Amino acid sequence: MDILTSLVIIPILTVLALLFVKDLKQVRLISAAGMFIELIQSVRLVFMYMAERASGNTSEMVFQKSYQWFESINIQYNVGVDGISVVMILLTGIIIFTGIFASWKVTYLAKEFFISLIILATGVFGFFISLDLFTLFLFYEVAVLPMYLLIGIWGTGKKEYSAMKLTLMLMGGSAFLLVGLLGIYMNSAPEGAPLTYNILEIAKHTIPIEAQRFFFPLTFVGFGVLGALFPFHTWSPDGHASAPTAVSMLHAGVLMKLGGYGALRVAMYLMPEAANEMAWIFIILTGISVIYGALGAVVQTDLKYINAYSSVSHCGLVLFAILMINKTSFNGAILQMLSHGLMTAMFFALIGMIYGRAGTRDIKKLGGLMKVMPFLAVMYVIAGMASLGLPGLSGFVAEMTIFVGAFQHDDLFHRIATIVAVSSIVVTAVYILRVVGKILFGPIINDEHKKLTDAVWHEKLPLIVLLIAIVGMGIAPLWISDLILDSLQPIVDKLVIAAN
Amino acid sequence: MDISNFIIMKHELLLTIATLLLLIAEIAINDKKKIIPIAITLFGLHTIYGFIGNTSGELFGGMYKNSALIVLMKNILNIGVFIVILQARNWLLKEENKDNISEFFILLFATLVGMNFMISSGDFLMFYLGLELATIPMAALVAYNTHDAKSSESALKLIMSAAFSSAIMLFGISLMYGQFGSLYFIDLIATNMNSPLTILAFIMFISGLAFKISLVPFHFWTADVYEGAPTNVTAYLSVISKGAAVFILSILLFTVFKSLVTVWSDILYVLAVLTMTIGNLFALRQTNIKRFLAFSSVAQAGFILLGLLGTNELGMATVIYFVLIYIFTNLAAFGVVSAIENATSKVKIEDYNGLYHTNPNMSLLMMMALFSLAGIPPLAGFFGKFFLFTAAAQNGYFWLIIIAVINVTISLYYYLMVVKAMFINKNETPIARIENDIYTKISFVICLAGIFVLGFYSSIFEYINSVSIGL
Repeated sequence: MDILTSLVIIPILTVLALLFVKDLKQVRLISAAGMFIELIQSVRLVFMYMAERASGNTSEMVFQKSYQWFESINIQYNVGVDGISVVMILLTGIIIFTGIFASWKVTYLAKEFFISLIILATGVFGFFISLDLFTLFLFYEVAVLPMYLLIGIWGTGKKEYSAMKLTLMLMGGSAFLLVGLLGIYMNSAPEGAPLTYNILEIAKHTIPIEAQRFFFPLTFVGFGVLGALFPFHTWSPDGHASAPTAVSMLHAGVLMKLGGYGALRVAMYLMPEAANEMAWIFIILTGISVIYGALGAVVQTDLKYINAYSSVSHCGLVLFAILMINKTSFNGAILQMLSHGLMTAMFFALIGMIYGRAGTRDIKKLGGLMKVMPFLAVMYVIAGMASLGLPGLSGFVAEMTIFVGAFQHDDLFHRIATIVAVSSIVVTAVYILRVVGKILFGPIINDEHKKLTDAVWHEKLPLIVLLIAIVGMGIAPLWISDLILDSLQPIVDKLVIAAN
Repeated sequence: MDISNFIIMKHELLLTIATLLLLIAEIAINDKKKIIPIAITLFGLHTIYGFIGNTSGELFGGMYKNSALIVLMKNILNIGVFIVILQARNWLLKEENKDNISEFFILLFATLVGMNFMISSGDFLMFYLGLELATIPMAALVAYNTHDAKSSESALKLIMSAAFSSAIMLFGISLMYGQFGSLYFIDLIATNMNSPLTILAFIMFISGLAFKISLVPFHFWTADVYEGAPTNVTAYLSVISKGAAVFILSILLFTVFKSLVTVWSDILYVLAVLTMTIGNLFALRQTNIKRFLAFSSVAQAGFILLGLLGTNELGMATVIYFVLIYIFTNLAAFGVVSAIENATSKVKIEDYNGLYHTNPNMSLLMMMALFSLAGIPPLAGFFGKFFLFTAAAQNGYFWLIIIAVINVTISLYYYLMVVKAMFINKNETPIARIENDIYTKISFVICLAGIFVLGFYSSIFEYINSVSIGL
């Protein structure tokens, strides 16, 4: 079996295996083993990809496999990866693996929990390898729906409201996406030629501009909902705050990236003329996302809400960078997806651990945690530093690249937008440092908290994995940039040609 | 004409023979419970035999015709009916039904014979005969629970509205006869229908069929009848009866009324918007699971119209494919509802609270069915809906598709409310564990297999598409 299909098959097999076990220990073991193999495969894929490129393969997608599925409407199972998808798959592999360990303490309907979680991951992996718009959409929806059960059953707080809101908003977004994809399909080939869902085939053809004007906004907003595009971001704070730890990790860490990835790969790449024409509208909206998210995080007192708003801000930055339409900013967007995925997963994992011990996420009721749980506290500080863009960690690399790219535009509109977006860094520093100072340092507020313990092995393991990734990316960003840059070239070419 | 030509009518003939055998069995067998396995076996054999051999051709000078496409439609209906009678066993074994067991099967088979004739009809007379044969025994089936006033009330409602809609339809047919002097489809196809009088006739005709499919604004009978009828009869009404009507509607639109395509496209457009939206909005507020499924089935009918708006072979194929999936999906949902109603007589959505903790398998099946109805991948319903939308997109109905996808999102809300009841809501006294008999279990397995396989296994769609081309 080819490596890409195995990325989808392994989680499915894991789910099937889980159906037949009852014991909690076995459930954990099988989930962890399955996702460990998945992580290994993701890492292997990166090296295989590099070897393939080194051997001189310059085709746009490598490891391509294509099977006819529904012949009469030309739907294919068509997979392939380029540098962008490879790094996204690696990110997903890391997050789902660490997510399993972050859910180690789930006991209520544990089997069902892990099954839903892994189904969600299956959808994400399938999404990143798909080159056919139909299967891409299919996997996209597979990834979204288990969220309802995951939040509704295992969530906290007003979970039923949040679960319903999140599901309906995301499904509403995907509904628009469906119309957009159908529109692309119907215009995917010149008059008379067979229509196709194949992204690479469509990219060779120019979709009529009238069609682009109608379907680009639908597609972009469809993906944008998942990428927390203002004003469709409101599912995000409630959803993330109510979700169980691993789900928040996966959702903020990976699922929101589906939005950015799809917006770039499908909306922008296939409809470049309309993308150039309408970018300004969405730049304004994403600019609002960036600032609004950051300011929202400042006024929140619940740790999860803070991080959820911060995700709106950071993911807004991803879409912002994508709309800047040049190679540097695209590179920054991908790096930001990786960086935010890793650090937000770490944040949510840490918050879950703190909440599990202290029983509260309210920053007013927490203090001095550095004294009782130094390991977790140090990790929290590091994640915070990555979030506010400290050099040497992943966040700096990503945001720096985005702003350098954005500043290459020398007209007033882009300059103002960029400056507004840059100012979000300052706000980020405010809310990160405020939280760090309040809950980690200072006196212990609640005497009960003195009895709390530090992390145990199944908590340390995911944190260390994430830490290595964050630091690795911060120290050796070029290693990842090299993977991405060549793959960005065809997308940039198409958009730049369309601009002129 | 050779007597062997009658093999063309094998679906109708075999079913009639099965019905007559059951009448004899009713006299000969004292223990009426034994009739159930006999009827199920007979029908099972009939279903299997329906797949064997190619029986295309015409009879009675073109009044009756059969083709690969029509055989496929009949086979689809047969499979659906087979699932229905498997699920009905438990209910028929109840004390109050034990004297009327064979009647259920006889009436049910009679309506199916009527539907088969309706689909196979080559002229409007045969069509009308089939339609009435499908409707009148249906009213008796709805009234099956003689001890229940609600059941009788819904039967009365059904027969009254059916008679009314038939009258309008007949008026339409007679106007057409007055104009063209023929009732044969083959004659009508040859004429150009684009005259005001024919359009009037067509509108009257389609109103009659719209009643059968319960399109808004002809849906008023649906919820009351669905609620009052015995659940297994409701299941039959909502999938088989509706499916047959959709089949004949699509055949007629694509052949007889081909020359009116611009007219009926506009009519279907309006009906689709109304049906989806109003069906959905009413479904939102239901607390009774049967009424809930009734309105959900109204909304689903609206989506089917999108496929018809494809106005070519692909549109036909997507409609048949969707009905096939809809049969499996809806019967899964009705199967669970009926199993629970038989065991506990509970039909409120809130009764389902906490069902997962006591009946995990049924809850999972119900969830799959609801997700499939909502069109969530990887379940079959997703493929069905996606292809319907593709068909409509061919003709550029993108605004209609936007309305449709908004409706899909609304429908997801109410489907999730049932999922929420089963999986999330807490309940001190959930429905106790229900042990289903083997017949029900088999029907569940068939439905579940359908929900999963029909989407992924692309050959099924390709086959439907290939026979649709020979329309």
